[in-house]
Amino acid sequence: MQSNAALEYDYSLAKKFTFLTILFGFLGMLVGTLIAAQMAFPELNYLLGEYGTFSRLRPIHTNTVVFGFTVSGIFATWFYLGQRVLKVSMAESKFLMVLGNIQFWLYFIGALLATISLLFGVSSSKEYAQYEWPFDIVVVIIWVLWGVNMMGLIGIRREKALYISVWYYLACFLGIAMLYLFNNMAIPTYFVSGGLGSPLHSVSMYAGTNDALVQWWYGHNAVAFGFTVPIVGMIYYFLPKESGQAIYSYKLSLLSFWGLMFVYLWAGSHHLLWSTVPDWMQTMGSAFSVVLILPSWGSAINMLLTMKGEWNQLTDNPLIKFMVLASTFYMLSTIEGPIQAIRSVNAIAHFTDWIPGHVHDGVLGWVVFMIMASIFHMAPRMFKREIYSKKLMESQFWLQTTAVVLYFTSMWIAGITQGMMWRAVDEYGNLMYSFIDTVTVLHPYYAIRALSGVMYLIGFIMFAYNIYKTMTSGKELTEEPQFRTPMA
Amino acid sequence: MFHWLEKNPFYFAAAISIVISFAGLIEIVPNFAQSGKPLVGMKPRTVLELAGKNVYMKDNCMACHSQMIRPFKSETDRYGDYSLSGEYAFDRPFLWGSKRTGPDLHRIGNYRTTDWHEAHMLNPPKIVPGSIMPAYDHQFENEADLETAYAEAVTVKNVFHTPYGPAFHRGQEAWDAHKSKVLEDAKKIAADMKDERVKAMIAEGKVPEVVALIAYMNSLK
Repeated sequence: MQSNAALEYDYSLAKKFTFLTILFGFLGMLVGTLIAAQMAFPELNYLLGEYGTFSRLRPIHTNTVVFGFTVSGIFATWFYLGQRVLKVSMAESKFLMVLGNIQFWLYFIGALLATISLLFGVSSSKEYAQYEWPFDIVVVIIWVLWGVNMMGLIGIRREKALYISVWYYLACFLGIAMLYLFNNMAIPTYFVSGGLGSPLHSVSMYAGTNDALVQWWYGHNAVAFGFTVPIVGMIYYFLPKESGQAIYSYKLSLLSFWGLMFVYLWAGSHHLLWSTVPDWMQTMGSAFSVVLILPSWGSAINMLLTMKGEWNQLTDNPLIKFMVLASTFYMLSTIEGPIQAIRSVNAIAHFTDWIPGHVHDGVLGWVVFMIMASIFHMAPRMFKREIYSKKLMESQFWLQTTAVVLYFTSMWIAGITQGMMWRAVDEYGNLMYSFIDTVTVLHPYYAIRALSGVMYLIGFIMFAYNIYKTMTSGKELTEEPQFRTPMA
Repeated sequence: MFHWLEKNPFYFAAAISIVISFAGLIEIVPNFAQSGKPLVGMKPRTVLELAGKNVYMKDNCMACHSQMIRPFKSETDRYGDYSLSGEYAFDRPFLWGSKRTGPDLHRIGNYRTTDWHEAHMLNPPKIVPGSIMPAYDHQFENEADLETAYAEAVTVKNVFHTPYGPAFHRGQEAWDAHKSKVLEDAKKIAADMKDERVKAMIAEGKVPEVVALIAYMNSLK
């Protein structure tokens, strides 16, 4: 029997993971800003001796924002919205609560240790999969714990039909599990060699071209199932909740979801265009990348049309601004990616700063904006207090939006400049520039990018402060707000 | 069908798993054996070179340097012959990189020398004015982990049949026996270097990271 009485949801886990989202977000962006500044001002490489060089810090930046910030954000939002769309409280199952808490602590400690290991240069060198094998095992355990928790909650649900967001979280779990396992297959050298050398060291199960294929099948799709799938899951829940509008089209959701599932994974080989992987694989990656526009834009358009007739909310609710801008950046990023995956464009774009430019209009504009918006929406409901300051939120929005625009425009120019200079020839067909010419010319763009990093980081600190003040001194709410998030 | 799936989570999850596995199976598996073949007559890296590769990984040189020369005239003019799949057959992991903040290194051994690397690692902008690469002074003080490199060679020989020949056995004794050969290789590199710290360490029978790294750089041809 379904009761109509409102359930008391248990947000303790959602709160814990929200704190980690903010903590890792700050750390990851701080390191990101530092390494961006190092490219403009190389003296900054010497702040921490051997541990402070760009090369050592870069994996810390990427892994902290991916596995620290984003994954905490995924966990936090799941432990919030999972209960609500399944109409069951976490508190109804002691088992799931205990499991969730184990997951939290293991994750927190694991993430800190893994970060320290990267600082010491313990790295398997595969991008976004640098953690050595013992940390990989911890990651797998955490992931399985989360999976069991999700399946468990689904198992005891009252609402029989799974809401769209749940599809995406499920896909996130399954996709990352598959990719992570296969890509991180490695043999620890210590055990095979009869106890020689470092116990942390391992060799990849795959070699050369095969290793590259597996890595970029992983690398591209870690983006798919970490930076796209769960974030789409978030917006499918939080935008209708915040705006009070129903999702525009169920059929479009279906098309986008299953389309995304099928198409995304083929596109990984576009990271390897013009390399030594077989030509037909490159062509497949390229072609599927272009097809990928359909499901990506399908979701984004579905979101924008959800706001149909309610665009006035954009002017007076900054949270709607965050979400609409996020879907807009999602559209930008998912048209830019396919363009870069076209062979002739890729010949210029690959290896240049256009690629980090592309990544960052996606993550800063889409992923981080959507996660912050989710937290802004959840905070008054979790802490039963009003958002501390609407003004602060507005200024944060504009500061960070400007920062993202500065970031990607400077990197577009930098990337295309560099790509064109590498191939420029004089009238006799000789290369026109030595490599260093193509580095020094980028200095102004690197400086602009560093500035944009500082601006974005300040915006994130404003966000963290706003949430902190909401928790501690926001006006108390007597009942849960239905749609629009109350803010002072 | 979709409505039914949405009420049956187990089948829903199964459907997702099937739909997302296609791409990997079709793109990666068919050419797997073919792509794994080395060039004819290619030799695997020596232990010193492997140790250098591990320094390359530890200091994450691939954050800024690629090892993949694409088949364009502008690249073959700049870096040498374009890269072939077989050249990477012993590389675990592959170190192609994805960003060229600095130049490609796949054939650096053809046009840079030990003393060039030594001076460059100590102070890149002095050798290449305008360079934004940091100095890697600590590589002149840290000891290279030769034992782990040997363990790696033994591992790939045993597990993947990388052709290291009969001498590479498991265990401490085998390593102790092989170590002198590695030190010899290191001495040859160090003979072309000027840094006092390097000379002192080599004299003590230790190998600084930079020597292993240069051995690796010189092997990239």
